[in-house]
Amino acid sequence: MKHRYLPMTEQDQKDMLDVIGVSSIDDLFADIPEKVRFKGEYQIKAAKSESALLKELSTLAKKNANHDEYTSFLGAGVYDHYKPIVVDHVISRSEFYTAYTPYQPEISQGELQAIFEYQTMIAELTGMDLANSSMYDGGTALAEAGMLAAGHTRRKKILVSEAVHPISKDVVTTYAYGQSIEVISVPMKDGVTDLEALQALIDEDTAAVMVQYPNFYGQIEDVAKISDMVHAVKGLSIVSSNPLALAILTPPGKQGADITVGDAQPFGISEAFGGPHCGYFATTTKLMRKIPGRIVGETVDQEGRRGYVLTLQAREQHIRREKATSNICSNQALNALAASVAMTALGKKGVQEMATQNIMKTHYAKQAFEKAGYTVTYQGSHFNEIVVDTTIDVTLLNKELFKQGMIGGLDLAAYNADLANHSLICVTEQRSKEEIDALITATSAIVEEMGAHHA
Amino acid sequence: MHKDNQPLVFELTKEGRTGYSLTPLDVPEVALTDILPTAFIRQEEAELPELSELDLMRHYTALSNRNHGVDSGFYPLGSCTMKYNPKINESVARFPGFAHIHPLQDESTVQGAMELMYDLQEHLVEITGMDEVTLQPAAGAHGEWTALMMIRAFHEANGDVQRTKVLVPDSAHGTNPASATVAGFDTVTIKTAENGLVDLADLRTKVGEDTAALMLTNPNTLGLFEEDILEITDIIHSVGGKVYYDGANLNAVMSKVRPGDMGFDCVHLNLHKTFTGPHGGGGPGSGPVGVKADLIPYLPKPVLVKTAEGFHFDYNRPQSIGRVKPYYGNFGINVRAYTYIRTMGPDGLKAVTEFAVLNANYMMRRLEPYFELPYKQHCKHEFVLSGSRQKKLGVRTLDIAKRLLDFGYHPPTTYFPLNVEEALMIEPTETESKETLDEFCDAMIQIAGEVETNPEIVQEAPHTTVINRLDETRAARTPILRYTKA
Repeated sequence: MKHRYLPMTEQDQKDMLDVIGVSSIDDLFADIPEKVRFKGEYQIKAAKSESALLKELSTLAKKNANHDEYTSFLGAGVYDHYKPIVVDHVISRSEFYTAYTPYQPEISQGELQAIFEYQTMIAELTGMDLANSSMYDGGTALAEAGMLAAGHTRRKKILVSEAVHPISKDVVTTYAYGQSIEVISVPMKDGVTDLEALQALIDEDTAAVMVQYPNFYGQIEDVAKISDMVHAVKGLSIVSSNPLALAILTPPGKQGADITVGDAQPFGISEAFGGPHCGYFATTTKLMRKIPGRIVGETVDQEGRRGYVLTLQAREQHIRREKATSNICSNQALNALAASVAMTALGKKGVQEMATQNIMKTHYAKQAFEKAGYTVTYQGSHFNEIVVDTTIDVTLLNKELFKQGMIGGLDLAAYNADLANHSLICVTEQRSKEEIDALITATSAIVEEMGAHHA
Repeated sequence: MHKDNQPLVFELTKEGRTGYSLTPLDVPEVALTDILPTAFIRQEEAELPELSELDLMRHYTALSNRNHGVDSGFYPLGSCTMKYNPKINESVARFPGFAHIHPLQDESTVQGAMELMYDLQEHLVEITGMDEVTLQPAAGAHGEWTALMMIRAFHEANGDVQRTKVLVPDSAHGTNPASATVAGFDTVTIKTAENGLVDLADLRTKVGEDTAALMLTNPNTLGLFEEDILEITDIIHSVGGKVYYDGANLNAVMSKVRPGDMGFDCVHLNLHKTFTGPHGGGGPGSGPVGVKADLIPYLPKPVLVKTAEGFHFDYNRPQSIGRVKPYYGNFGINVRAYTYIRTMGPDGLKAVTEFAVLNANYMMRRLEPYFELPYKQHCKHEFVLSGSRQKKLGVRTLDIAKRLLDFGYHPPTTYFPLNVEEALMIEPTETESKETLDEFCDAMIQIAGEVETNPEIVQEAPHTTVINRLDETRAARTPILRYTKA
């Protein structure tokens, strides 16, 4: 067997078997019971050469409609944003991507420092005291926040706003079941959490309230008020937040949030059909020793030089085993690095300019849809998303838009029975005025044609 | 490596510098206060860095120079399978048709991605001998928890609510008991016998009507194949429990034995170990789970199915445990793993395992005269030495690990598994040449000699790195977890 990844020559093998004192490699597998031994070869596809495989897989990739070739108005938690070119150059440095978790700090200072910087950037944006080194994604980060809250408060009830991303809420529910935590849905009103209903649901058994900011419908919640309400019963305020929006929105940390989580995907991370993205987890100093996952801390070496190490490891599974604060081991370190590079490239002013563009363009789209005669369902403040009553089935509408090179908004009928014919349309800084106008023009033409067809 | 500290990116900042290029706003700009209530508008700017593009590249290049990856040098970190990360994988994962697609696009517009996922599932079904595979879990620990949630749902559906215990050998990865806790189970620890394998007598006393599952890594973390595997799975099945295969060590047995044929009911794989998704400095990984037929109804939603019209995500799964992760798993890592499997083919994967095991045994026999080898039988893909002899001379395994840094190596895993004193767990992988193995063994032998003749050089190591030993106690006692402007 000759393969470019396998360096052993026949002579090497012979020499090595001599040292081991066996006559064949098969002898090394003699401890596998005959009865279960796998004979023969896997019935899988034969190996392909580099060129042939590249060709095959590039053909397969071309079967997918990508946002370089189509104009996308899909958001709902995963976004097409400006990704500075430098991001891919940095994360393609193999000293980063071929390294393991930095257990040996003396030869991992690069990774450790990069993560320390990432933790700082997330803490800055969220206004929280500190952040960990990353979670799998925003959904599981939210679930972990719920488990932390239940453990911390010794309570078993979590209130989740209906305006939290329904997919994240599903993940929270699965995790909660494992921990015998009850998940109660808080209704919404006008596209934001119904504060009266929330007040009625909060009681002394409430471990936490979860809201999203900006929420699933692109609307901005009054986090400060919600934090006050849950703090009155000594529960925790948990906020799931798009970190880009926090460049211009009052951060959850300034509004009483105890835990802020979310996904750093808007910063330099590809949509990649839903993953890998980069969950973040930020909290207060008070909860520091209960946080899940890896954390990097600053210290000094024997000569007093500044350096970085993984710290507070007494929380983690490899030390505490069944008493660990979480089972997380692998995280999304490389994507945390990608997010850091993007946040560095954009910098203090760039994140604000980019966030402002998102809000301006969303506002423009809202007005343009209204001007074209559509009802924009929720009238609060928006970031990225608006809900438009298209008056026709959104999936059918999207099929027509697709023929014109557009990927339409999310069909909300699948997520909220009250929102049949409603599209969750997302506009980022990547969408030009011309593209937004074209979407509206095309939508109107399709609505007219399909409406006439129905009439 | 440069010895000077690399400043933090915040310390390289100068007000007014930019490293970005946004298209100017082309819609009318309105005052923020016109569309946002003042209370919602951020008052203090987030203190992010301000660097030019070149300064940014120099900063991260300097950081990369202070980091050791597989491409930098040998990385025999036991249990982590630090094999070569093929470059074709990186190219394929960046194809726009894979990287620039949205998870909520209409299924008809992402059939290529779904086809890849489906075919990867089929390949993993064959490799594991299971009946169905889900690609959703993001990492090994996530896969463990997903499978345990399915086992819990299975028992509950049978009215077996008293099954609250998960059995875990004392040599198991820490994630096993931690995942059991997150899934709502209590952990019962099973002892390791003299020969390094599961203590069957201890196992028998601990199984019963309350057993939900046994979690087992085979070969185990000592690198030893559990020869009594059929008896073990029988013991668990006879009391109605399920047997879980921790696939962290699958690199040791591909084409030699399949979890499904050994009686395992479910398995997780670490695609970032055996199947070359890079480790990325800690992630992202991918931890697919394979199950036997009776657990299929409980698979997490959505389940990818093939129909006459094409591939489809099925959400109509009434017995499913629900969603374990938004969307469909770490697709980008799954693309890399698929590319790798297609690069190797069936004979390639078989050779991978054979060379991984050959390499480990070769190193073990070369090092046996110099270090205590607690378990003498042939190993699989990794082996565990004990630094007990050196400890008697005042040199700890930690010191040996640090001394290896001076030779340009990433040290083996240390102090794990917990049941070996002063453990050094070595996993070479199949992608390393004999020359590399020999050079590493020579370094280990030299260090063993230094321990006897010049222990200080080992105790005070490392001597050549950008920084020497760090004060971890200080880091944990007075945590500094972020930069604060002086």
